[in-house]
Amino acid sequence: MTLPGLFPYWVVIVLMMIGFYMVIAHGNLVLKIIGLNIFQTSVFLLYISMGKVNGGTAPIIASGFSTYSNPLPHVLILTAIVVGIATTALAATLIIRIHGAYGTIEEDEIHRQDNSL
Amino acid sequence: MIAAHFPVLQVVLPLAAAPVCVLLRREVLAWWITLATTWAVLVNAVLLLDRVTTLGPITYALGGWAAPLGIVYRIDALNGAVLLLVSAIAAVLLPYARMSVLREIGAERAALFYAALLLCMTGLMGMAATGDAFNVFVFLEISSLSTYALVAMGQDRRALTAAFQYLIMGTLGGTFILIGIGFMYAATGTLNMADLAARLPLAENQRAVQTAFAFFIVGISLKLALFPLHLWLPNAYTYAPSVVTVFLAATATKVAVYVMLRFTFDVFGVHQVFSNLTVERVFPFLAGLGVILASVSALFQINAKRSFAYSSVGQIGYIVLGIALLSPLGLTAGLLHLFNHALAKGALFMALGCLYYRLGSVSLPALAGAARQMPLTAAAFVVSGLSLIGVPLTAGFISKWYLLRATLEQDQWLLALIIVAGSLLALGYVWRVVEQLYLRPAPTDREAVRDAPWSMLAPTWTLVVANLYFGIDSRLTVGLAGQAMRALLEGAP
Repeated sequence: MTLPGLFPYWVVIVLMMIGFYMVIAHGNLVLKIIGLNIFQTSVFLLYISMGKVNGGTAPIIASGFSTYSNPLPHVLILTAIVVGIATTALAATLIIRIHGAYGTIEEDEIHRQDNSL
Repeated sequence: MIAAHFPVLQVVLPLAAAPVCVLLRREVLAWWITLATTWAVLVNAVLLLDRVTTLGPITYALGGWAAPLGIVYRIDALNGAVLLLVSAIAAVLLPYARMSVLREIGAERAALFYAALLLCMTGLMGMAATGDAFNVFVFLEISSLSTYALVAMGQDRRALTAAFQYLIMGTLGGTFILIGIGFMYAATGTLNMADLAARLPLAENQRAVQTAFAFFIVGISLKLALFPLHLWLPNAYTYAPSVVTVFLAATATKVAVYVMLRFTFDVFGVHQVFSNLTVERVFPFLAGLGVILASVSALFQINAKRSFAYSSVGQIGYIVLGIALLSPLGLTAGLLHLFNHALAKGALFMALGCLYYRLGSVSLPALAGAARQMPLTAAAFVVSGLSLIGVPLTAGFISKWYLLRATLEQDQWLLALIIVAGSLLALGYVWRVVEQLYLRPAPTDREAVRDAPWSMLAPTWTLVVANLYFGIDSRLTVGLAGQAMRALLEGAP
């Protein structure tokens, strides 16, 4: 495959690593969740680019079109997006409650407080 | 005929009951609905397993759409047994849950708690029942998301950070599984497990298949807490409400083990996984290391719940060890230990939950002298502890014995030594609690406590008696494990 053909995969890998790095490196819980979102989104793009067919259109039967993109990966990823939203919402709720209990959302500070208990 | 719909009912019932709990809001109503649901699901699972073991595997097409276009559930002896395990633990746990939840969660949030528990059960049952790879991911996330919420309901504020940590690692694991499934689809164009099994070996791009397997196995290893991917587990088990700890320890990691088995043996196939990718060299190493290191960590914990959370990581090591031996005997041993450990750990955490109910803490100093005031709870702890160690006449002995035989059959002396060493370490960390319960004097400033309420003791002793029963009469468990093992080795799902 030519380099432009692989372009979506490079985007996926770069986004994935950025997201993964943010999850590991940042001590701020909100930034961790943003990183997690980027990580998940890169996988959504992987699926979506997989379903793309060159010259294909939306899979709706109509006169004048004979090539359609594969709708299945797109449908699958709709489910995964819903999962992602649920995860983000739950994480945001947890962060609010952690802020209520500790008065901070910095990981180091939370660990410091718990060890001193 | 209702019997035709057994495979789907066990997922639909808890799924439908969960929103009803939320709408009713009343604690007592929600509890009754959850109780009725878990018992209905248990009856369903028993009937289903009976049909499967006598008539052979059942395939159920959802909405009447046949595979490979539609989603199918496929039940054989292996996942029939896993479904029975999950529903049996839930059914025994629910009578116990009433008092424990009132104490630890409170009446006003109890309905939401039961709803989340039902959703968690839905996810676990779905993961076990489905014959569709993407469906596994969806149910995995249903169970994971509800688990994060359940863990966060613990009384200690550290439950929140434990849930958050679990959410981060669990989502990474889930996303890895999603990537794996994506590569499987890219290589074959199908998501049905039986179809995948037929097409994966013929796929043009074997590199994509190997990548799929790598992502999938790392993701699922995180979910089943294989050493060193277990870091989320100790905190989550320690700070979760007692009922949640029992449920998770006895079922969640076990279902993840089942998913790993299904994909390595059926979907990817033994040849691909073990000859091309040499997983059989990595897994015993990690499993053995996990048994030793986690058991040693368990020896140094102040909190008894945390100590047994580390023990769970070690016991997962045993299960994986048996599986990774790749012999029929090893696989039988791994499956046996999966069931027996669920019984032992379920009973242990139930006993700890009883202690927590009366004493308000399960840190070792708080347990001092409790045996005189709570004799039945302490005795339940001792018997289930013996089963965890693997003393003869308990269920734990049967599976340790099969594991030892499986290692010696292949002259794996080092692994046999690790199994024995792990048992000795288990003796150590069980003894630390027993010593506190029986030999230390009770602190003078503690008010006299009574034994746990009957509604909690009866389920605990039900599991304890099950530990003894399956330790003496192992025909049922060994027979089932053997049948499940043959279902796995016979190939396509």
